[in-house]
Amino acid sequence: MTALASGADPTRPVLEVRDACKRFGAVVALDGVTLDVAAGEVLALLGDNGAGKSTLIKAISGVHRLDSGSVTLDGTDITGATAMTVRAHGVETVYQDLALFDNLDPAANFFAGRELARPAWLPRGLRLMRHRAMGERTAELLDRLQVRLPDLDAVVALMSGGQRQAVAVARAVAFSSRLVILDEPTAALGLRESARVLDLVHRLKDNGVAVILISHSMDQVMAVADRALVLRRGRSVGQTVPTTENHRQLVSWIVGATDARAV
Amino acid sequence: MTEHGGEVLATAPEERRPPVAEAAVTPRSRGHRGLTVALAALRAGPPAILLVLIVVLSLLSDVFLSLENVGNVLKQSAVICVLALGQLLVVVTRGIDLSVGSNLSLSAVVGAIVWRDQGSATLAVSAALATGTLVGLINGLLYVKGRLPHPFIPTLAMLTAASGLALYLSHSETIQGVPPVVNEIGAGRIASIPGGGDVGWFPTAALVVLAVAVVMVLVTRGLVWGRWIYAVGGNPEAALRNGIPVHAVLISVYVACGFLAGVAALLTMGKGDAGSPTSGALAELDAIAAVIIGGASFLGGRGSVVNALTGALVIAVMRNGLNLLGIDPNWQYIATGAVIVVAVELDVARGYVERRFRSLQAVTAS
Repeated sequence: MTALASGADPTRPVLEVRDACKRFGAVVALDGVTLDVAAGEVLALLGDNGAGKSTLIKAISGVHRLDSGSVTLDGTDITGATAMTVRAHGVETVYQDLALFDNLDPAANFFAGRELARPAWLPRGLRLMRHRAMGERTAELLDRLQVRLPDLDAVVALMSGGQRQAVAVARAVAFSSRLVILDEPTAALGLRESARVLDLVHRLKDNGVAVILISHSMDQVMAVADRALVLRRGRSVGQTVPTTENHRQLVSWIVGATDARAV
Repeated sequence: MTEHGGEVLATAPEERRPPVAEAAVTPRSRGHRGLTVALAALRAGPPAILLVLIVVLSLLSDVFLSLENVGNVLKQSAVICVLALGQLLVVVTRGIDLSVGSNLSLSAVVGAIVWRDQGSATLAVSAALATGTLVGLINGLLYVKGRLPHPFIPTLAMLTAASGLALYLSHSETIQGVPPVVNEIGAGRIASIPGGGDVGWFPTAALVVLAVAVVMVLVTRGLVWGRWIYAVGGNPEAALRNGIPVHAVLISVYVACGFLAGVAALLTMGKGDAGSPTSGALAELDAIAAVIIGGASFLGGRGSVVNALTGALVIAVMRNGLNLLGIDPNWQYIATGAVIVVAVELDVARGYVERRFRSLQAVTAS
């Protein structure tokens, strides 16, 4: 499980991306982006459609390979690692499709592909599952993240959008995760459910997890993010602490107004 | 927990707190409860259909509930039951195996030939089971490694190929004679279970079905492999991302389905005391119908051992009942068609209620 908040050290970033460049044919998707995120920090990634946010998170999570530049996690170079290796290093990405198993309950979703089972000398597939242990671990984790579900035995298909999002996020941090990337986690949700998911982001932070949050809602970014980084046409055009005062500044960075580099 | 919650409270803006605290104590609304009941009723679909059939038939026919007739139904349904259990694994992974009937014929012919030529029961039984398993393995490899677009294609090809091979090997003739042990499991009755006089009423074949079903329940609920089958059916993409060996799982369900076609071949051989190259003809349709009546979804990820067995029993009971009532046997096929439609309509209704349930969750639980 993840370390608790006390260890959050802002001087030692969990993730460092240096001069990330990526082109798709003639299109330059990333043009020298540099960023870092510390443990217990929430970094908001802002930018218009096509600004390079998706390419950037896919490059971090190992889906895309960078043309040049580096990705470092806890001091280990993971540039060009496969998606599986990056996950093994504790980077989890929650995409908008959530990638849940609708036909399974939350515990089965959490442990899919890493079921608790014995005996260890048998091949993985032939081991007997430890249902109770998995159920208990799931209940513990949901409790720690203060995610309330009406019925832990119900399949995920029966849950609301917000509950499903919560299950997906909780699954992401279930296995000693260092960094969680959330791709527009509230895009499909109503107001109250959005608020609950943002609460959850706060709790990830309290648990010492580094978070990268992609969001189009400036209100949400101001509510949960410690820092906001704005991408535009594959470049990072500005970085600041999002507050009500510099709201306009952030917006002008996003849309590329003429005074974008003034601050 | 409260300490931890306090910390969070301090960092989070105030207006976000109440909903969370509320949600923990919100009792379920009346609408919620109504939908829960409706959902439970719809989920009971397949057993409910079976129950209605049994009640109606026992009212219409005096012999229907007699031990002798119950024994007959169990014996006649055994082959469909075993085939349906194999088909279930395949359907849960979003697949279909059209070749189980031909596979049954081929396995029966091979078993009977080995018995005729070698005279060894062990060899004959092993040969039948190995043939079924091998056919399943070829199906799985063609689909996964051969990258055929849908399991419909390789198993359709296997349907004709295995059937052709069975006819070729047997020179299109039924091969008489099977090992005594095969005859016993296919046609025998257990005299020690009281109620059937000296011969007994309870067919040995039903014990075989029971054994297969128990193993299947253990596998699907207890083993990691069973969980993977459902995970692959529910979301293949996510299964791959979570490190589940999707290809191996897919191949394995066709192998298991083939093995069970081999078991069904033994039951069929025993019943007819012969290996016939056409003994499994169209059996795949019964197996698929049983699984669908049992509430499994072609969209994958859903279906249970008990419900698949129930589906197979629905088909068998219906046939038996129409027989007892002296109705033209051709009506059986029409009735089977009707039950398939009813069962799937019930399932569609279940899906609708589940969506209602879900939107209600968003309102009450947030």
